[in-house]
Amino acid sequence: MSLVHDQSYRRYTGARRPIGRAWIVILRTTLGALFARRPLIGLLLLSWVPFLVRTVQIYVVESYPQAVEVLAVSPRTFRDFIDFQGLFAFFVTIYAGSGLIAGDRRVNALQIYLSKPLLRTEYIAGKLGALMVCLALVTLVPAVMLLIMQVLMAGNLALHRAAPGLLPAVLLASMLRIVVPAMVMVALSSLSTSSRYVAVMYAGLLFVSEALYGVVARATGSTRVAWLSLPRNLDVVTDAIFRLPSQHDAPVVLSALVLIAFVVASIVVLERRVRGVEVVA
Amino acid sequence: MNAAVALEQVIVDYGRRRVLHGLSCTLPRGAVGLLGPNGAGKSTLLKTLLGFIAPTGGRLRVLGLDVARSPVEVRARIGYMPENDGHVPGMTAVGFVAFCGELAGLPPSDATQRAHEVLHYVGLGEARYRPVETYSTGMRQRIKLAQALVHDPDLLFLDEPTNGMDPRGRDEMLDLIRDLAHNKGVNVIVSSHLLPDVEYTCDHVVVLDRGRIAAAGSIDELKGPAGRIFEVRVKGDAAAFAARLAAAGMQCQESGDDLMRVFVPGSVDDMPDQQRICRVALDAGVQVRHLRSSLPTLEDVFARAIGES
Repeated sequence: MSLVHDQSYRRYTGARRPIGRAWIVILRTTLGALFARRPLIGLLLLSWVPFLVRTVQIYVVESYPQAVEVLAVSPRTFRDFIDFQGLFAFFVTIYAGSGLIAGDRRVNALQIYLSKPLLRTEYIAGKLGALMVCLALVTLVPAVMLLIMQVLMAGNLALHRAAPGLLPAVLLASMLRIVVPAMVMVALSSLSTSSRYVAVMYAGLLFVSEALYGVVARATGSTRVAWLSLPRNLDVVTDAIFRLPSQHDAPVVLSALVLIAFVVASIVVLERRVRGVEVVA
Repeated sequence: MNAAVALEQVIVDYGRRRVLHGLSCTLPRGAVGLLGPNGAGKSTLLKTLLGFIAPTGGRLRVLGLDVARSPVEVRARIGYMPENDGHVPGMTAVGFVAFCGELAGLPPSDATQRAHEVLHYVGLGEARYRPVETYSTGMRQRIKLAQALVHDPDLLFLDEPTNGMDPRGRDEMLDLIRDLAHNKGVNVIVSSHLLPDVEYTCDHVVVLDRGRIAAAGSIDELKGPAGRIFEVRVKGDAAAFAARLAAAGMQCQESGDDLMRVFVPGSVDDMPDQQRICRVALDAGVQVRHLRSSLPTLEDVFARAIGES
């Protein structure tokens, strides 16, 4: 046996962080890894183009009152803005979310994470938080910024006085479009070791449910079955949050229940899949 | 509490299959080897101690803490080197080890400093800025040890630590483990099916076989007292020979077929043990027809334990 030449190991006597904050380390590190990817930065920048367009719209309306008839700014403007941002949210969810847990599962990182003093919920919170931050940058942040721009350009709170629930509606609708897709994607990511396969599963879930809705809606001639489609459920609940007439006849409660069911199912999947060891009985 | 690990009737089931059958034992502080053939339950026991697997029954205590009640506190004092490759994708070695330190509660600056130190210690100092994905099998073993050490645990679980290593790397890994356990005050539990690895690094051993404890104790105790054993067959007055052996401080046991097992305690003088036996035989007037040494090893202990269980 050879001699041990390097005797540099020494005991650690410094401070230790209280238990329960490891999720912040995971969140920070995951965000760092995500923002190091240029395509994601490009996607995030691109997602702010609609914000610029809407800002120009508000500027025109506030500068040229005659433009109000064609470019009126109302709660529907913000609802439509959030709806449009859903397109970018879809791509961000797939690009940033598909490898969150799948990548760790591929290289057996879960056993490394969970052998440290942290709970499984902390691991999930860190991963989920990273995706939610990315989604907030394409939904919540531009929507709130748009509200601020409207107030700054109008120089008054007339719109908010006319629609007092506008700010809470923007916050709530944006959070809905962050939480539900993020939960579903993180749960799907825990089901596979391949991020590509996860991306296909997520896109498949959305497109298949949308196609199913299309077929049934055409067969029945009614949009009451909008609850079959995940994106349509988001639309129905968003319309209700903004207190606007919905484009679909589906009951709001049913759509809300379907979305809650997706979140609950995601929690169940994560509870079963995020483990330090995979036991095959 | 002096024990590193205490098990009380620990039962673990995978579905309907029972993997650990009511294990009860105490693993002392220091270096303890978990021995057993493949499928004996070694890795399952480690994963149960980490809280990865909930036992069907029984109680586990690690460093005096109940695993079921305080799993996070237990893991704060444990370092785990898994059997399979494992790392966080897209990181350099120093980034990965520092990240593990932060996960374990170290402030970022301390975690980074310790990551450098620990990587030097395990022999990856020169390669610490390389992505972990580019590491060879032996280097991956070392970095798994580094991530387990970075937060300075009181107890290290090493699951097959020399898997896939070349002979030189294996020797260096064993030296590291031995150094940690004997010079650095880190308690170590080594799970392995390689008897020489355990014999070199550990003082105590627990032999598992099919989910049951087949033997447990200090290696020296299990191997028997220090000394050498010889199989001897003589022609002549065997009883007188045995009496003279006893008088010379050598124990003698009949083992059938006129064969005697003579235990020669640790050398008392420069005379080779065989010569001492032959001198006694000459004095007793018997003729030595067969003389073969039989040194007790951990392999004997293992074979005996597995055979008896």
